[in-house]
Amino acid sequence: MIPQSDGSVSIRKVGRQFDISDSWINRKFSGKPRQIVNALTDVEFEIKRGETFALVGESGSGKSTLARIVVGLLDASQGEVVIDSSLQTVRAAGGHGIQMVFQDPYASLNPRWRVERIVAEPIRTLNLVADKAQLSKRIDELLELVGLHPDDRKKYPHQFSGGQRQRVAIARALASEAQFIVCDEPTSALDVSVQAQILNLMRRLQEQLGLTYLFISHDLAVVRYMATRVGVLYLGRIVEIGEVAELFANPRHPYTKMLFEAVPKVDGGRSDRTRLQGEIPSPINPPPGCAFHPRCPVAVDRCRRDVPRLINQVACHVANAG
Amino acid sequence: MTPPDEPVLSVRNLSVEFDTRFGALKAIDNISFEIGRGEVLGVVGESGAGKSLTGSAIANLIVPPGKVSGGEIWLGGERIDNLPASKMRRVRGRRIGMVFQDPLTSLNPLFRVGDQIVETILTHIDCSPSVARKRAIELLGEVGIPSPEERIDSFPHEFSGGMRQRVVIALALCADPELIIADEPTTALDVVVQAQILDLLRALCDERGVAIMLVTHDMGVIAEVADRVAVVYAGRIAEIGRRDELISQPLHPYARGLMGAIPTVTGTDRELVQISGSMPRLTAIPEGCAFHSRCGRKFEPCAIQRPELMDHEGRKVACHLYNSERRAA
Repeated sequence: MIPQSDGSVSIRKVGRQFDISDSWINRKFSGKPRQIVNALTDVEFEIKRGETFALVGESGSGKSTLARIVVGLLDASQGEVVIDSSLQTVRAAGGHGIQMVFQDPYASLNPRWRVERIVAEPIRTLNLVADKAQLSKRIDELLELVGLHPDDRKKYPHQFSGGQRQRVAIARALASEAQFIVCDEPTSALDVSVQAQILNLMRRLQEQLGLTYLFISHDLAVVRYMATRVGVLYLGRIVEIGEVAELFANPRHPYTKMLFEAVPKVDGGRSDRTRLQGEIPSPINPPPGCAFHPRCPVAVDRCRRDVPRLINQVACHVANAG
Repeated sequence: MTPPDEPVLSVRNLSVEFDTRFGALKAIDNISFEIGRGEVLGVVGESGAGKSLTGSAIANLIVPPGKVSGGEIWLGGERIDNLPASKMRRVRGRRIGMVFQDPLTSLNPLFRVGDQIVETILTHIDCSPSVARKRAIELLGEVGIPSPEERIDSFPHEFSGGMRQRVVIALALCADPELIIADEPTTALDVVVQAQILDLLRALCDERGVAIMLVTHDMGVIAEVADRVAVVYAGRIAEIGRRDELISQPLHPYARGLMGAIPTVTGTDRELVQISGSMPRLTAIPEGCAFHSRCGRKFEPCAIQRPELMDHEGRKVACHLYNSERRAA
């Protein structure tokens, strides 16, 4: 008997390193040292049942690595992800109760399987229904739930548009009766008018089924629309975390401020923003102290020495002092 | 060079077709627009709407089975769509600069960026290699690459995405073109870097008077830099007008839907407007208005007759709703 999760998830001091060194023999010849990338360091937060926790950050900030660790596709080097009530790590839960929707619906569906087989796979694997008739009924239900027609079950993925494929991917995620769904940039491959359809669908499903989402996106406007709480990642560390309305109205970390200023605003027209400096540094040789200090407009001496800890939901010496 | 009163680029009734075994597909159907000196025209639309193809058609880069099946393209008072390939090569790069979406694939990975820029300068401008190199360094500095004297000898892979896109823009600027076609120049970049690149494009426009055709699917990008906006749907212009008007009060139902479908950072909790369905495939563009099957405000003529792009209060919109005769009837 697999224990049912209550949908709340806590991420405890998760860290992940990748070894990108040359092979041992090449290192001996070239004299190069080992190279380790710190993709994630001490990431800690909790996702409550029924909420949407969004992670934002630039490419290379560790968003997707964290998503993969949360669903159990990757192991954490340090720390653990715990599904609360069952006190199980994700790995032990064996995919039950937790599913993922990927970014690219063109790559995440098997092109040689019909939709019915794609959607049925998790149901079969987890033995969720007793017989074929029930399975068939369940597939129809799921397709209707995500706004597809039951007749679509005989089609192959290539017969669908991008938005419809993403609907199939969502149906597959729901098929396992998962309560917790990790969405890694679910709409960034879609056009805006289709993106709106998928976002609305995901919100409706959340209300209907009481789902919990971990929502990963680099599009702040989408995050504003979807999220209950937001965590901002920079070079593998959470720099700020907070309720969505609060964080967007009043960002405290200089990086969060910079990120918000950079977003092109449809309603505001051309903004006179402060010139934005620099780019995300390489995670192989992150700057000492606060990783953001080379780009930070308010950096003080201490920022170059000490890594700021997350205090009062923000990891910044300056914000916490003032 | 373009006389000051004349538009830099004038596209007149451009059509592009693809010959397939199912017959000719009209990918671009009778598009006309102009871009003036120092102006940024934003071209928005969904994938497959024909945005990028319009850019390629202007640079005469359409390859078979695609072909320009009608219309004229004028650059600075000279017709360029019927130039022979050898002459067109002098126009492309010299008078039209191009910036593509993915900076990694538009640079040759085996050559130093400096050599690529110098080569382009030498192709189009009569000068010595040392002068060209000096100019290349200047250009790299101008697009905001730190210590260009050293970076000029780097390979493309040694640059980050944002820096690479700057190199591509420098490459497009080599010969001081009148027109830059920027096809999704920031789609592959992060927001912060995107903002930097957009600032750069805008500055080029204001300082050098370059005309820019900015192709994108991101309304935010358009709102940030464009002077005028053309909304493209299924190979036709649905609406074209000044940015402020078009963004605050779009006329065409598709443009309205598009604006309502975009979540904003200042966000409210209202549900996003969604346009049902998706853009028709080019093989199955419906009779009448291509948008009518998704449109919430369709009436009788929409399914029968194609709306033409017509003037409406200083803007142009292709919709029967704004055709007074049609409405009355």
